[in-house]
Amino acid sequence: MQTETEPDSATGTIDIERVRQDFPVLGQEVRGKPLTYLDNAATSQKPIQVIEALSRYYGYQNANIHRGVYFLSEQATAAYEAARVKAQRFLNAANPAEVVFVRGTTEAVNLVASSYGRLLLQPGDEVVISAMEHHSNIVPWQMLCESVGANLRVAPIDTSGTLIVPEYEKLLGPRTRIVALVHVSNSLGTINDVKHLVGLAKDKSAVVLIDGAQAAPHMPIDVQDIGCDFYTASGHKMYGPTGIGVLYGRLELLEAMPPYQGGGEMIRSVTFEKTTYAPPPAKFEAGTPHIAGAIGMGVAIDYLEQLGWDFVHEQERVLLEYALERLPTVPGLKIIGSADSRASVVSFTVDGIHAHDIGTIVDQEGVAIRTGHHCTQPVMDFFGVPATARASFAFYNTVEEVDALTDALMEAREVFGA
Amino acid sequence: MEMRDLYQQVILDHNRSPRNFREIEDADHVAHGDNPLCGDKIRVYVKLNGDMIEDISFHGSGCAISQSSASLMTAAVMGKSIAEAEEMFHKFHAMVTAESDQPASRKELGKLAAFAGVREFPARVKCANLAWHTLHAALKEQAEPVSTE
Repeated sequence: MQTETEPDSATGTIDIERVRQDFPVLGQEVRGKPLTYLDNAATSQKPIQVIEALSRYYGYQNANIHRGVYFLSEQATAAYEAARVKAQRFLNAANPAEVVFVRGTTEAVNLVASSYGRLLLQPGDEVVISAMEHHSNIVPWQMLCESVGANLRVAPIDTSGTLIVPEYEKLLGPRTRIVALVHVSNSLGTINDVKHLVGLAKDKSAVVLIDGAQAAPHMPIDVQDIGCDFYTASGHKMYGPTGIGVLYGRLELLEAMPPYQGGGEMIRSVTFEKTTYAPPPAKFEAGTPHIAGAIGMGVAIDYLEQLGWDFVHEQERVLLEYALERLPTVPGLKIIGSADSRASVVSFTVDGIHAHDIGTIVDQEGVAIRTGHHCTQPVMDFFGVPATARASFAFYNTVEEVDALTDALMEAREVFGA
Repeated sequence: MEMRDLYQQVILDHNRSPRNFREIEDADHVAHGDNPLCGDKIRVYVKLNGDMIEDISFHGSGCAISQSSASLMTAAVMGKSIAEAEEMFHKFHAMVTAESDQPASRKELGKLAAFAGVREFPARVKCANLAWHTLHAALKEQAEPVSTE
């Protein structure tokens, strides 16, 4: 039976309390208070369906894939490949061979930088990124540029945390080979109009990678519509297990790219004289992969799709709106990042209280938020702050939890005598 | 654990108005401390007269625990011998990491005993320790930046 829901905290058709019951971790108390988990941009919680899928895999299906001719191995292989097809559908990729299982977005970017970057880049070539990138979409490109003598160019953002598109456009030139941009900023919440930005890069024939780690949990992704060459997502940020993610790559590019790691699984034939490689995606999946993780990620995708994007959007919209209204009632609180198009991520500072002190104090109230530079030091430098506190909301959060955070921040001010 | 046990008045006071927050231009020893995950940064300046700490100061930015610890440290070791400062470092370290916290040594630590509560917050021990490790490095003329992460 459907129970009555608060008009503020649900869309009316799905009962938020029932959704929360899918996430065992949310029912806990920490430090004697109900857990208020607002660090979803760091990692999301896992529904029981995903947890049970992992347990079921290890309990009843575990076998190494692709090599066994026996029943169990066939079952495991089928489940692993079915997860690939779910990820393909989730990203709207044209072909399952375009979906490579990796450990997460970090590995995906490193794979592209190492493999495609080294294949393509010549000294003097340029890689363009934006000023709001996560370190994982900066450092691999820096390493690549250093090793081949290419140049890293950075498209600036304005004080709202929005990419300055005309400046980005100016950076795109005849030497631009690779453009790597974040879809949704993890520290500012800014949603980039990636379709438009990819189009501009494509006008200059650049290859484009979109870091979708923070986008995939919040919105449907269509890589064909976006028009990018590579897209990355991390399972653990979209209600799936840690240690698994996907790299989407256009088949033509994946076919041209050299392997990233050598080993089993990725070969066609090996002799001491010469090894030939398997076609993608196997070429990029050396060694035994995170089979359970891939299956779990597939179940997380099923879960999100069953829940429906309408519910996710509406829930996150309400939470963001409410947070942007409530948090500024804390005296001295400043929100960092005010892009027009944003995800349910709110970074802030409180005058006179360092972010880490805020984090420790609100934790005593059971409130889990992120504090620090969020692996975006250049963003912190741009806004002239050493660190921020960040609350990031998922569809299972409630407006009452926004209140709990606000109250805990008031408590922090009291402790500091502010 | 009450929040006020961690954020004691003396800690909040030294955070708001840090003592010896300046450079020493003719310092004999300078060392840099940096906790990159936190973003806490500190520079400790020491001027010696023989083996006595004639003047000590710091510069930096970070959370209340790291800043007040640096401030209280400079006040505590000012005018002390290097050996006394090192001994205080060891006692402070033992207190915040709960290695061998003795009420007697807390007494000897005076105002520094305000940091006894830090041991209940494992994630924050590195904040309290940063200034002391940086001082230790300064006295040892260590060139590499110090980190307690």
